[in-house]
Amino acid sequence: MSERPDAPDRDTLLAMFEIQSRIKLCDERFRSMLTSGQIQLIYYSPRGQECISAGWGVHLRPDDYVVTIYRGLHDHLAKGVPLRELWAEFLGRATGTCKGKGGPMHITHPESGLMVTTGIVGSGIPIANGFGLAAQLNGTDQVTVVNFGDGASNIGAFHEGLNMAGVWKLPVVFVCQNNLYGEHTPMAMSTPVEYISERAASYGMPGVTVNGNDPVATWKVMGEAVARARAGEGPTLVEARTYRFHGHLMGDAMEYMDKDERKAAMEADPVPAFRAWLLDNGHATEEQLAELEETITAAIDDAVEFAMNSPYPDADELYTDVYADLTVSK
Amino acid sequence: MSQTDTDHPVLTLAMAVNQALDVAMGLDEKVFLLGEDIAEPSGGVYKVTKGLSTKYGTHRVRKTAISETAIIGAAVGAAIAGHRPVAEIMMFDFIATCLDQVTNHAGKIRYMSGGQTPVPLVIRTSAGAGRGFGAQHSELLEAWCVHTPGIKVVVPSTPADAKGLLLTAIFDDDPVLFIEQMMMYWDAKRYGGPVPPGDVRIPFGVADIKREGSDVTLVSYGRQVHDCLATAEKLAADGISCEVVDLRTLVPCDEATVLASVSKTKRAVVVHEAVTRCGFGAELSSRIHEELFGELAAPVQRVGGANTPIPYATNLESDFLPQVADIEAAVRRITG
Ligand SMILES: Cc1ncc(C[n+]2csc(CCOP(=O)(O)OP(=O)(O)O)c2C)c(N)n1
Ligand SMILES: [Mg+2]
Repeated sequence: MSERPDAPDRDTLLAMFEIQSRIKLCDERFRSMLTSGQIQLIYYSPRGQECISAGWGVHLRPDDYVVTIYRGLHDHLAKGVPLRELWAEFLGRATGTCKGKGGPMHITHPESGLMVTTGIVGSGIPIANGFGLAAQLNGTDQVTVVNFGDGASNIGAFHEGLNMAGVWKLPVVFVCQNNLYGEHTPMAMSTPVEYISERAASYGMPGVTVNGNDPVATWKVMGEAVARARAGEGPTLVEARTYRFHGHLMGDAMEYMDKDERKAAMEADPVPAFRAWLLDNGHATEEQLAELEETITAAIDDAVEFAMNSPYPDADELYTDVYADLTVSK
Repeated sequence: MSQTDTDHPVLTLAMAVNQALDVAMGLDEKVFLLGEDIAEPSGGVYKVTKGLSTKYGTHRVRKTAISETAIIGAAVGAAIAGHRPVAEIMMFDFIATCLDQVTNHAGKIRYMSGGQTPVPLVIRTSAGAGRGFGAQHSELLEAWCVHTPGIKVVVPSTPADAKGLLLTAIFDDDPVLFIEQMMMYWDAKRYGGPVPPGDVRIPFGVADIKREGSDVTLVSYGRQVHDCLATAEKLAADGISCEVVDLRTLVPCDEATVLASVSKTKRAVVVHEAVTRCGFGAELSSRIHEELFGELAAPVQRVGGANTPIPYATNLESDFLPQVADIEAAVRRITG
């Protein structure tokens, strides 16, 4: 694989690889611990979609906002949610990002700018507009990136959200992570257009489809969309095409997926491919990348240990945080 | 009590709401409004937001597309980001199109985030039958939101309460559903009342005894408080003394005042416009029975809307609504 004239500088390439590896290694740990029965939770693997989050991740500042969905581990990590608190929240512990009360589908970590994770398909889109509107009203140049799936582009919230963003020229990047399936339904059975990016035309914003498994191309498209939003030029719909390696959720038998299609996608795994490309083109040495991976593995070991040894929330926590100032009981 | 206030100008409910919005926007730059048709020249379909876009600019009085999910979603995000949005849902029935944003998001986000991200927004909506709008523009659906932990619910009965409670709602750190019964908007004769100027707030969770009495407690909120007062007036002539408790806020609910009143009178009738079945009155009645069963002289009576969609024909619409005659009959059933 040859050098790319459109590639970013080495630091950016390595930053993207770092994010991708963090996601991949974290996901592998979750799946192995689930399979071995060490932990139990509903788990939506983001494996295969790493390049997309890394692609916007390196363009964002800590004060930019991100909104994502139940399949959100990759987005949480790309926005810098710390591993310990993230693992603890996934395991429902008091030390988690949300004191164990949100869980994996509702990760929130405002210090990292990870503002909302929703379990309702499409619903993060209108909320992202609110973050964009806040930035616009405050006169800051903060950008909001909202992630969702191909399936979400069929629900009303998507259309209402893009319409409002188009009318108000909100600084929001709409990232459709098109993994070709919505739960058990292939895209062609639910979506009458070939490219979800075509839908942008109705809402007065640019729509771009990019190969979401190509880190350089994704980085470039995300960079343009983020820059446009930051400059006050309005929203963009980015459709990043990818593949969902492990079905809808852990335990999915995947009868509705084509075996060969999945095999081919997994053989073209974008993370090792990017790794090989970095080495082939002299952007990094084997030792360097191996060290990076070891560091991440050690950080995951630490986070797992932290989470596993953390207490469950106190019983009183059932009743707190419902309202600012009202006492609640059974 | 507003009835005794003669020092302040008499306003309609719409004018009082307008004044509260004006005061709040003047006090805090983070307050902004969004909704359909709320800007000038119309200032809202009921003219409740009249003049505000001229005074504060269309960036703070934001006219939107007909897009309830986008309106509430944007309010949720902006509220988390530190603003105090006041979103308008033109009519309560339309909330069905955006209930996901209201319940799953506005209502749950504080909790799901472990308290990290409060959602200080207000959803104002106009509601109620009596104007010939038919089944889809007339409902009172407060029970939907009372049933969702995380949302506060306010239903004012007078202009002064509307202003004071709306100011509290806007500066409250939780999502608040604020219900304005449109029959009261511009009817100064029946529903007008004196309103103190400036930033006068009424705390949530404090019921107002709108009339004192000793034989039976009428518990209500919103426009039906006026029907309860009319019933009380009528029954007084027959020697039946009614106490009228106006809840003003359903979440939080001032149960202490209700229970104190009923333990004095030993009898209660709960009254609201929403359909009776699983209405807020069912909850109230149940709470009164749970706390005062042994003391009651008679079972708590419920008076609400018929368990039907709201019909168009004037006679049927009027039959749907709880009327003074229904409240009177309920009182007579238990005072015998
Ligand atoms: C409004 C709503 N309807 C249905 C569901 C159940 N559900 C959860 S994920 C999902 C598929 C969504 O597919 P897509 O948007 O492509 O995202 P992906 O899971 O592929 O990342 C469905 C139907 C839901 N959570 N919310
Ligand atoms: Mg999908």
